[in-house]
Amino acid sequence: MRERAAVAVGLALLVAAPFVLEAMDEAFLLSVLTRMLAYALAAAALDLVLGYGGMVSFGHGAFLGTGAYVAGVLLHHRADGTAVIDWPVRIGGTAEALVAWPAAALVSGLLAAAIGAISLRTRAVHFIMITLAFAQMVFFLVLALPQYGGTDGLMVPGRNVLVGASLAGDAPLYWAALALLVAFLAFARSAMAARFGLALKGARMNERRALALGVPVYRIRLAAFTLSGAVAGLAGAVLANQSSFVSPDLLSWQRSGELMVMVILGGQGTLFGPVLGAIALLAAEEELAALTEHWMLILGPALLVVVLFFRGGLWRVVAGKGGHA
Amino acid sequence: MTATLFVEQTLNGLQFGVMLFLMAAGLTLIFGIMDVINLAHGSLYMAGAFVGATITARTGSFTLGVLAGAAAGALIALILELTIIRRLYARDHLDQVLATYALILTFNEGVKVLWGPAPIFLSAPAALAGTIEVLPGIPYPTYRLVVIAAGIGAALFLGWLIGRTRAGMLIRAGTTNRETVQALGVDVGLLFALVFAVGGALAGLAGVMAGPILAVQVGMGEQILILAFVVVVVGGLGSVRGAMAGALLVGLTDTWARALLPTLLRGLLPPASADQVAANLGSVAVYLLMAVVLAVRPQGLFPRHA
Amino acid sequence: MTIARMTTSRRRLLGTAAALPVLGLAAPAIAQSGPLKVGMITTLSGPGAALGNDIRDGFNLVVKNAGGRLGGVPVEVVVADDALRPENGRAIAERMVRRERIQVLTGIVFSNVMLAAAPVILPAATYISANAGPSQLAGEGCNANYFNAAWQNDNLHEAVGQYVTQKGLRRAFLIAPNYPAGRDALTGFKRFFKGEVVSETYTRLDQLDYAAELAAVRAAAPDAVYIFLPGGLGINFIKQYAAAGLRARTPLFGPGFSFDQDVLPAVGDDALGCFNSSQWALDLPLPANRQFVDTFEAEYKRLPSLYASQGYDVALLIGSAIAATRGRVGDRAAFAAAVKKADFQSVRGSFKFGNNNHPIQNIYMREVVKDAQGRVVNRTIATAFEAHQDAYAAQCKLPA
Repeated sequence: MRERAAVAVGLALLVAAPFVLEAMDEAFLLSVLTRMLAYALAAAALDLVLGYGGMVSFGHGAFLGTGAYVAGVLLHHRADGTAVIDWPVRIGGTAEALVAWPAAALVSGLLAAAIGAISLRTRAVHFIMITLAFAQMVFFLVLALPQYGGTDGLMVPGRNVLVGASLAGDAPLYWAALALLVAFLAFARSAMAARFGLALKGARMNERRALALGVPVYRIRLAAFTLSGAVAGLAGAVLANQSSFVSPDLLSWQRSGELMVMVILGGQGTLFGPVLGAIALLAAEEELAALTEHWMLILGPALLVVVLFFRGGLWRVVAGKGGHA
Repeated sequence: MTATLFVEQTLNGLQFGVMLFLMAAGLTLIFGIMDVINLAHGSLYMAGAFVGATITARTGSFTLGVLAGAAAGALIALILELTIIRRLYARDHLDQVLATYALILTFNEGVKVLWGPAPIFLSAPAALAGTIEVLPGIPYPTYRLVVIAAGIGAALFLGWLIGRTRAGMLIRAGTTNRETVQALGVDVGLLFALVFAVGGALAGLAGVMAGPILAVQVGMGEQILILAFVVVVVGGLGSVRGAMAGALLVGLTDTWARALLPTLLRGLLPPASADQVAANLGSVAVYLLMAVVLAVRPQGLFPRHA
Repeated sequence: MTIARMTTSRRRLLGTAAALPVLGLAAPAIAQSGPLKVGMITTLSGPGAALGNDIRDGFNLVVKNAGGRLGGVPVEVVVADDALRPENGRAIAERMVRRERIQVLTGIVFSNVMLAAAPVILPAATYISANAGPSQLAGEGCNANYFNAAWQNDNLHEAVGQYVTQKGLRRAFLIAPNYPAGRDALTGFKRFFKGEVVSETYTRLDQLDYAAELAAVRAAAPDAVYIFLPGGLGINFIKQYAAAGLRARTPLFGPGFSFDQDVLPAVGDDALGCFNSSQWALDLPLPANRQFVDTFEAEYKRLPSLYASQGYDVALLIGSAIAATRGRVGDRAAFAAAVKKADFQSVRGSFKFGNNNHPIQNIYMREVVKDAQGRVVNRTIATAFEAHQDAYAAQCKLPA
């Protein structure tokens, strides 16, 4: 089966990458790849909502950015030796990834649950707009936080440690990012094949029928939206480590748009497609920006052509099998 | 807060609301009739401002600039509809969002290539530059009053177009039941192109009217676009009346929040933190308004399938 | 553009390599050979594009005038657009420093991009800022390999505070966006302003309409209004300030950022009579400055802004250090020492570095006027500070 072969080859390439790059004295590219993997994780998470659930969320940048801020803020307070909050319970900073990353996922997940609970009462275009507007709200709230740098962003001192072992350097973080991505893809793949995924897809294709069959559509969608937000937050935590810096730019509507582009470019409803889409988009941005100052004049029309004429995305080209177009 | 200040701020809110209405009216019609979400609507606003500013500079006539801005908005909208948007009617909203997002990137860079990266100049004619005493002791910028008048004029025109003409009848029918219109044997393609051009003209008009008050620069469209979305969602998709109500509500909420909150909060908190909290609340007031409206009425204030 | 040509072929390879890391396409790292490379990370797209454009043009002018050389050594300026995204700025910095092994960098416009890129650049290269001057890099966090040849962020605000006090204006109304640079700006102003602050109003960063604030200004009837509203925000405000009829009643003050050649042509007559501060001015009667202004206008058909002057000065400064080290920029201690001497003819006149590698320089007050050709420009009216140093220098452990 071609898709299975494509996944195997992709995974083999990603596993071999650190060794090959090391041998070629190009270890620097590993940091670039780590960033791509983090975006790939966020894009795959968005695919749950967008591709499988048919919910067009224009606000996933808010979850990505929130996760990045949680990890960054915990490291910041840890370095300062101060508390994140003193009341009602004292929560100090931490560098431990086993605490910080789940915390990033938790906070982003809670935010997604709150935004989802209101947004999912609406449909179609309303949903697109309301997720966008909520993301803007989060964006402005973060901008206004003086203690975490506001628009300047926050320099993150050092990196997380994983059970005491530092994630400093290019390779350890790369492996952590790859492990998270693989774990999420494996989990999401099976969840989408299980009852949860079938109900989610069923609700997308025919909501009335799903309701008639007794599927709790609202709750299923909210669960998917929350999970997706949490995983996007996790991706944000990886990004905060990769760049040692978090800024409100991560929460902006342009980032939300870019995540959607990654999903569509790769192929929605395929999980692997968005991973490919993320890597392709970031590589294309880098390549085009090096070609000309007016690189957006190439990227814009290129995206337009992809949307108009290449339905199904890159994954269909690679694996011979797309999701629904 | 004195009574004069209150009157002045209310006028400010109205003026801002009217501006938003010009943007939101086109958006909501395009949603309502074609069921298309057009992120590039802000690009039409930007195009209107740049073309208007250029024509004003070339001819020295602001009136010609305004007409040119509106015409540019209509023309570009028409070209977009015929070449690209038309292919998106059968697609889902996701494809529409992405295609029009790609258009934003293209337009922003295109304007930068044509006009350069720096903001360009556009100002109101000397006759509109001063202030008028609207009430004793309340001077108000003449140009802002002109904007309010232009916005009301545009609203009346839309009301006439939709309420009194055959095209309007079809538009009304189209927002509630597209199949019926098609069954009537109407050239739907022509109707859609017309609606798109009208929306584009209003956006272009908004852009050029905003020019003397705001910076004419690349990216100006996205700033107002998101607020226009809020207006459309609050008002109810497809409803021009809703867009008007939503625009005024958003304009007034935004202005009052900025004007009243600092004074209110200073009574409750120490001055430094009062200013801080007020500024934060002010930035999210509009989005809070939207959340509240949607929590109570998910379809907006004037749902189209009422 | 020939000089600023990007190293296309090499970076194309990089892009491909990033996409296909293990298909054997990754090009080997290329050792430094040929012309000396100077990295310029700057903002060339989005709302801040005009600033980066001016810095780049000012910098390139020096290189062009010297026949493609700086300090007698052939150079290649590698330009990349950060699009005002900190993440992009960092990625570009990483590529330039780690892959292309560039050892001299400049160009970043905005503090947020600077703070994101600094941890990547400073361990491996020398950075000379042509604009962004965040306090984080001026005080305790100062660095022997980081220089700022423009100003520390607070400087221009402090100058206006000083000038308003000197002028005997007692009551000031302050407006800035609600973000750190905005609060820092007003703090800088208040550091030297001795009168009464009537109101300290923080506005939204995406705010289009200032009618509410203008109504409050009218009601408060202050002696002076001070704004720090960068870029488009400033244009909006100044236009609306004039339209509200306030320009004739209360003088408007600001830092040079809101009143220079990047925005003045867009604001026009509405800016006339406003006062602002800058370390440089179009009309400074110095031979170096005259040459700069004349060649800039001849080359680019527009008047230079303070950003252009900063790009130009940084190029001169780098040139002086390259000449002093005979092009051996790899010896970082020697190169940094040569930069710190600031042995060049700055277009702003006297200039030297303090212990924290930030400028000690005069700050001038300027008034917006119409020149003989009817263009809206700045005229220097006073010197607010002589040999002024920033407030953070004392916290910096670097030797003077």
